[in-house]
Amino acid sequence: MAKMSLVQALNSAMDVMLARDPAVVLMGQDVGYFGGVFRCTEGLQQKYGAHRVLDSPIAEGGIIATAIGMGVNGLRPVAEIQFADYVYPAFDQIVSELARLRYRSAGEFFSPMTVRIPCGGGIRGGQTHSQSPESLFTHICGIKVVMPSNPYDAKGLLIAAIEDDDPVIFFEPKRLYNGPFDGDPEKPATNWKGHPQGELPEGHYTVPIGEAKVVREGSDLTIVTYGTMVHVCQAAVKAANVDAEIIDLRTLAPLDTETLRASVEKTGRCVIVHEATRFSGFGAELSATIQEECFFSLEAPIQRVAGWDTPYPLAFEWEYFPGSTRVVAAIRRIMSVA
Amino acid sequence: MSTLHIPKAPARPGEQPDFSYLRTSPAGAVARPAIDVPASETSNLANEMVRVLDDSHRAVGPWRSTLEPELLRKGLRIMCLTRLFDEHMQRAHRQGSISFYMKSTGEEAVSAAAGLALHDDDMLFPSYRNQALHLLRGRVLVDLMNQCLSNTRDMCKGRQLPVMYHWKAGNIFSLSGNLATQFPQAVGWAMAEAIQGKNRLAVTWIGEGSTAEADFHYALTFAGVHRAPVILNIVNNQWAISTFQGTAGGEQRTFAARGVGYGIASLRVDGNDFLAVYAATQWAAERARSGVGPTLIEHVTYRADAHSTSDDPSRYRPKDDWAAWPLGEPIERLKQYLISQKEWSAQHHATQEEELKALVVASWQEAITYGSLSDGPKPDPATMFEDVYKEIPAHLARQREQWRKERG
Repeated sequence: MAKMSLVQALNSAMDVMLARDPAVVLMGQDVGYFGGVFRCTEGLQQKYGAHRVLDSPIAEGGIIATAIGMGVNGLRPVAEIQFADYVYPAFDQIVSELARLRYRSAGEFFSPMTVRIPCGGGIRGGQTHSQSPESLFTHICGIKVVMPSNPYDAKGLLIAAIEDDDPVIFFEPKRLYNGPFDGDPEKPATNWKGHPQGELPEGHYTVPIGEAKVVREGSDLTIVTYGTMVHVCQAAVKAANVDAEIIDLRTLAPLDTETLRASVEKTGRCVIVHEATRFSGFGAELSATIQEECFFSLEAPIQRVAGWDTPYPLAFEWEYFPGSTRVVAAIRRIMSVA
Repeated sequence: MSTLHIPKAPARPGEQPDFSYLRTSPAGAVARPAIDVPASETSNLANEMVRVLDDSHRAVGPWRSTLEPELLRKGLRIMCLTRLFDEHMQRAHRQGSISFYMKSTGEEAVSAAAGLALHDDDMLFPSYRNQALHLLRGRVLVDLMNQCLSNTRDMCKGRQLPVMYHWKAGNIFSLSGNLATQFPQAVGWAMAEAIQGKNRLAVTWIGEGSTAEADFHYALTFAGVHRAPVILNIVNNQWAISTFQGTAGGEQRTFAARGVGYGIASLRVDGNDFLAVYAATQWAAERARSGVGPTLIEHVTYRADAHSTSDDPSRYRPKDDWAAWPLGEPIERLKQYLISQKEWSAQHHATQEEELKALVVASWQEAITYGSLSDGPKPDPATMFEDVYKEIPAHLARQREQWRKERG
């Protein structure tokens, strides 16, 4: 076992896979010689060569398109989009090509690639370095969508994604890269040392795609969340002094409906929390699913906590970011329904 | 004062066709450089026009190659078969047997000659007017017809519009239906080939209209940067549905000239000259296979018919303007060349036409026994839930069950 930050865990996953499988290649802006702007690929080009860890031109659409072609020709590309906010030029290649290639060719052609996308706010990135566009991707059939909340899951899920023959969109909450974050920017930054999920095997292991995890068992209510908000919700539950069950989805699509159903049937109350904007956000799908699956167990209307439906404002980041105060308010609202 | 330039088609319905804008070079006039010529020294090739067949049906100049007559006859046969197949499918559409079709009439040489110059294991990323590539590689007509019919033997399992073929065993990639997306994908395929130390080529085709897409720029950037073993073909058939090639940027300079700016060797070729397309493709293939890098080839041709069965060109261009096209007609030109070489005759040609017509009819009669959208056996709609992912996930299995129950 080793202690790793989320960045180091991702680096380790790619290191392990580059060593195990000659078909694995990494590509993206600044990922090669420099090792990535977040250092996730640090040292990998030096170790595996410039033919396997490629510095790409600044062209997200070109990165994804060429990675699709590479995947069709037997490679297993891991393409990095430097910020989620920059993925849109590649959207057509992901939605119309990558996601549908297997379907349209009746299974003859596919590209087993992983798209790594740092996402989320809390880093003073303003509206072009803070977005959480996961629901734009969960709406697309033919791709899987993953977002880990800690180093252990990040490494295991990334290895699983690379080994998966379906395309995986792998969102990385960048506020968690170097330590857990409970939503309070006034507290000193913490790191992953000493956190139970910061301890993980150095070698190969996987966390299965499609399985949510109950990170806190409880009986009063269920909180469904993922990414950075897992940590915010843990702080909020402490502050609210309730016995909440917290589910970290880990995979958004395909969704682990069974884990949601089992929990909400037990607690009868559900708060959904995500950083992304609310309207048509992934929380809407979660809310609809839980209502359909658990209607007769529900004792109160499902609550959603999400980013306001505005672009991400630089100077008002902490008014915008759905921190634990807002989660506590939702908990109070749902617990007040008799 | 600034003025907004609006590119104007040279002739509209009711006017005389006017192709005076077309710049050509005399057959045999353009030099054939060594295959390792630096891309920066190909500007003249990108602006002039590689032509081999002259107006007297002679093969002349440095791009003339010693092609076996047997191969030329194969090329002629594939072009003729493609045209007859296209005509048959258009009739099938008019009769309501298929929902849509796209002919390649007038531009058959662009696919047939290129395909002949490549190795069978080179990977092809076609656009939607390259059906001759399938036929050249031996795909039987029935397979293509089955796809257009969305029947029980449709390779796409009823998921794709007619003509969106794929053929993994024949090394022909799946047609998307979205324009230009295959161009950078082909470059990626070629990059992977080089990464893995293998030596097959990727070859792709795009229309001049969709060179305006960002994907075209991505393809040229990545191909140029990594010197990928890829041949990038622009089929300039002058029309993108109703917009003339000037709307895509063809007025100020050739489409081939764009390649030089990306550090890619670039050729402009008479796309109705089978021998010129063959020679250019062979040159580009040798260049790529020997590790020098990619080539961009603009094939100047003419879309003789409608964009698709949903299009009516009489609303935007003169009727029968194809007859005035200065570069002639590819089948006739190759046929006359072979006749002049005493390798073919009018009699041979007539006999072959009858044979190919019979082949098309027999293929169609077989294909419709496997069903169509409206008649005969039906493919199993339950398969619509397959191949979204490698394995059917729980939510799709549930939806399939729901579909079964609700349809009764």
